[in-house]
Amino acid sequence: MIADLLVQGIQMLLVLLLAPLLTGFVRKVKARLLRRRGPPVLQPYRDLLRLLRKEAVVADGASWLFRVAPYLIFAATWVAAALVPTFAPGLLFSWTADLIAIVALLGSARFMLALAGMDVGTSFGGIGSSREVMIAALAEPALLLIVFTLALLAGSTQLSTVAGFMASPEVGLRVSLGMALIALVMVAIAENGRVPVDNPATHLELTMVHEAMVLEYSGRHLAMIELAAALKLLLSVSLVGCVFVPWGLAAPGAGAAAYPQGIALYLAKLAAAGVLLALFETAIAKMRVFRVPDFLGAALMLALLGTLLLFVSRSL
Amino acid sequence: MPAASFLLACDAVLLATAMAAIAFGRVEGAHRAVYGTALVVSTAIAAVALGYLLTAGGVPSDTWLPLGLPWLGADFRVDPLAAFFLVVVGAGGAAAGLYGLGYGSHESAPHRVLPFFPAFLAGMNLVVLAADAFTFLLCWEFMSLASWALVMAHHREEGNARAGYVYLVMAGFGTMALLLAFGLLAGAGGDYGFDAIRAAQRPAFVPTLVLVLMLLGAGSKAGLVPLHVWLPLAHPAAPSHVSALMSGVMTKVAIYGFVRVVFDLLGTPAWWSGIVVLVLGAVTAVLGILHALMERDLKRLLAYSTIENVGVVFICLGLALAFQASGMGAAAALALTAALFHVLNHSLFKSLLFFGAGAVLSATGHRDMERLGGLIHRMPQTSVAFLVGCVAIAALPPFNGFVSEWLAFQAILQSPQVPQWGLRIIVPAVGGLLALAAALAAACFVRAFGITFLGRPRSDAAATAHEVDRWSLAAMLALAVGCLLAGILPGLVIDALAPVTLALLGERMPAQAGLDWLSIVPIAAGRSSYNPLLVFVFIVASAALAVAVAHRLGSRALRRGPAWGCGFPDPGPVAQYSAGSFAQPLRRVFGTLLFRARERVEMPAPGSVAPARFTLEMHDLVWDRLYMPIASGIGFAADRLNRLQFLTIRRYLSLVFVSLVALLLVLALWP
Repeated sequence: MIADLLVQGIQMLLVLLLAPLLTGFVRKVKARLLRRRGPPVLQPYRDLLRLLRKEAVVADGASWLFRVAPYLIFAATWVAAALVPTFAPGLLFSWTADLIAIVALLGSARFMLALAGMDVGTSFGGIGSSREVMIAALAEPALLLIVFTLALLAGSTQLSTVAGFMASPEVGLRVSLGMALIALVMVAIAENGRVPVDNPATHLELTMVHEAMVLEYSGRHLAMIELAAALKLLLSVSLVGCVFVPWGLAAPGAGAAAYPQGIALYLAKLAAAGVLLALFETAIAKMRVFRVPDFLGAALMLALLGTLLLFVSRSL
Repeated sequence: MPAASFLLACDAVLLATAMAAIAFGRVEGAHRAVYGTALVVSTAIAAVALGYLLTAGGVPSDTWLPLGLPWLGADFRVDPLAAFFLVVVGAGGAAAGLYGLGYGSHESAPHRVLPFFPAFLAGMNLVVLAADAFTFLLCWEFMSLASWALVMAHHREEGNARAGYVYLVMAGFGTMALLLAFGLLAGAGGDYGFDAIRAAQRPAFVPTLVLVLMLLGAGSKAGLVPLHVWLPLAHPAAPSHVSALMSGVMTKVAIYGFVRVVFDLLGTPAWWSGIVVLVLGAVTAVLGILHALMERDLKRLLAYSTIENVGVVFICLGLALAFQASGMGAAAALALTAALFHVLNHSLFKSLLFFGAGAVLSATGHRDMERLGGLIHRMPQTSVAFLVGCVAIAALPPFNGFVSEWLAFQAILQSPQVPQWGLRIIVPAVGGLLALAAALAAACFVRAFGITFLGRPRSDAAATAHEVDRWSLAAMLALAVGCLLAGILPGLVIDALAPVTLALLGERMPAQAGLDWLSIVPIAAGRSSYNPLLVFVFIVASAALAVAVAHRLGSRALRRGPAWGCGFPDPGPVAQYSAGSFAQPLRRVFGTLLFRARERVEMPAPGSVAPARFTLEMHDLVWDRLYMPIASGIGFAADRLNRLQFLTIRRYLSLVFVSLVALLLVLALWP
């Protein structure tokens, strides 16, 4: 029991500590691809510490919700990220929430963020919130259909069970899984506000979504939101990793010796995902906001097709 | 005293209160007596019904009264299904009574509201209690008329008279469909008791026809698309606590009628009936929430969102029907539990939200969101309660809306085991639409809360609003606590629903009471589980930890300054995002097709001093394509027949003669 609790605690700390690293790594690789030197990989940690130490400037018209929201957003995202298997499935609390609940927890965080964007009453906050809910309204059904595909195959919505099933030899190559993978990556890009849907590096542009919502934040509040964004990126990568690249997860009951290996492989997966994401982002241009529905519509259709194929034939 | 007799006595008290209110409705302080009675009696009803549900083990409790048709009397019965809906009606009535204690003092015409409020409550209770078709229909009609009178309470306000008229027409249509349904159920023998109907043998076409008629009759009262048009007109027209009852509770009574007839009286359904209900439910859910997203009147937005939630309930009912037809009892019990859980949830948060809208209305005098804003500063407690309602209705953890939605998804994941191809292809699409509706609901309630309570006030009334009275706040906070409790302890609700599914389907969900950490497990632990209590504790703990770390290790300093807004000079509250502009991206995605939304921007030439104009044009296609042709057809026929009013006596006599001859001919030729 104590050991289980310890492993669960390690998982929670691990995602928290690795999240800024992943963000910094992606930035660094992107900069190198553009032949810039780029900020150090550890820069996000320094930014967070600096933000934490600074005083928070809050706009005059801001309410209590503006000050409470960052902590709630961070907490919901952290809980969700800690429930996705990273280096070992079947941890002590992994049955607390299945994949649907994890998706919904991210929804709760987004709900608070969109409200926080509207709190001060500037036009930028409103534009960010209204676009964010539009993107979410299209991304969430796609995500749930992907969950359906996985759950139908694995016979469970529990991520640990899904990961175990995907690592077993009975999976094989399936059309529906391929569709689900592509759709999941598209949705993850949109949900995390990455290029081509949104640009995490932009400010002072009418095209921004996430950055527009958090425009009024500063100090410790901004630190919470930045950390939550980093956690969400890590969660998406862990999710794709544990479902589609489940190899190297420490098997339940394999003992403590399997954990270092699991962690090492997890780090390798994160690095690979970071390089791929940076490559993709440098190779593609950001699209207009009203092209985003087409992008997400394609993800939705792919996910629906994948699910339908499974409903029609269990072998596809 | 048996439960049924006690509940009838409670309703007699409500009816007596209604009679007394007719006489003393104008007396100062009468609203306290009426709403106080409603509060006490409804609480008693809910408590007794809950006690029955938990302890009686499904044994029905009967009472017969010598009312109504002399050779028939009136049968009343409490069984688990009725008891569950009595809990919903009682809880909703109690909350509305509590809210009315404060809100009622703002009423300009109390004598138009006070007599009908307890009568409406009694009507809803009696529909649920009725155990024969005649009593059921009589109480149904009584409930409709009482609510109609409440809709017409402020009949001089713009639009209310039309709302009342449309409501009356649709209610009449619905009752007619129910009348035909019960006629078919009772058959030629004409025994109207539910027991006799349950036992009767029927020809094969009858269940089909009855299902269609129930979808028309109960569906029109619940707000199924395309029979929903009266609902966004009538629900907001009534005083807010009555709107809460109509949206939160009366639609549930309609769902009760559907469940009673289709699941209880009709026997095992045909497999395709599930498809019909599923598709109707999915269309209703998505269209309802899209309408809500486009709406700028806060109460109408809530009414449209009711349509969405009714759609969600019907999706679950459709799944239950499909599973039941295929003999998958456990899955059917899961789907039915999801439906009933959502019924309870919706009654909680929709009442809460309507109370909040009523509080905003009484504090500012506005329902139009474009004139609100910044109320979180002026009405802090109301805004907390309203926020809880918004998060709950947006189906987000850890509140109750998510639990029923989660159960619905789990039920959908059972569907690959059904043998019919049609169902297997429809169900994932319905699942996608359900997820779409949930995501759109989140967008809709970000908008509703964000525009109304956040930002800066868009009118003087909003800038000078005051918090409402304590009674209203108590009602809202009690419902908010209810939303949280049902959200983090869903196992208790699921177990309480077990007698209902046992009585209707002969199956129940696995008992949740003994599970570790109050987790919920719909089928088996390996398949799926959700522990909202732990999720809630984790979120609270991590948020507290984050606050502690940020304040201890970081800085506690906080400075107020003008908003940054990218350094643009502040052009005032007009430049904020409005309800219309917030919905614009989603309107472009969905509205162009579904509402024929057209935006027109007229920019004057450079140098011209003419104002620029933005016009938005939207159509309700159901209204334009379905109801307007019917209305104009009836108008056309009425115009033609109108000539019959202006005939000479000679022509009238010949008309009488011709019809007499025709009737005699028919009689003579009848085999």
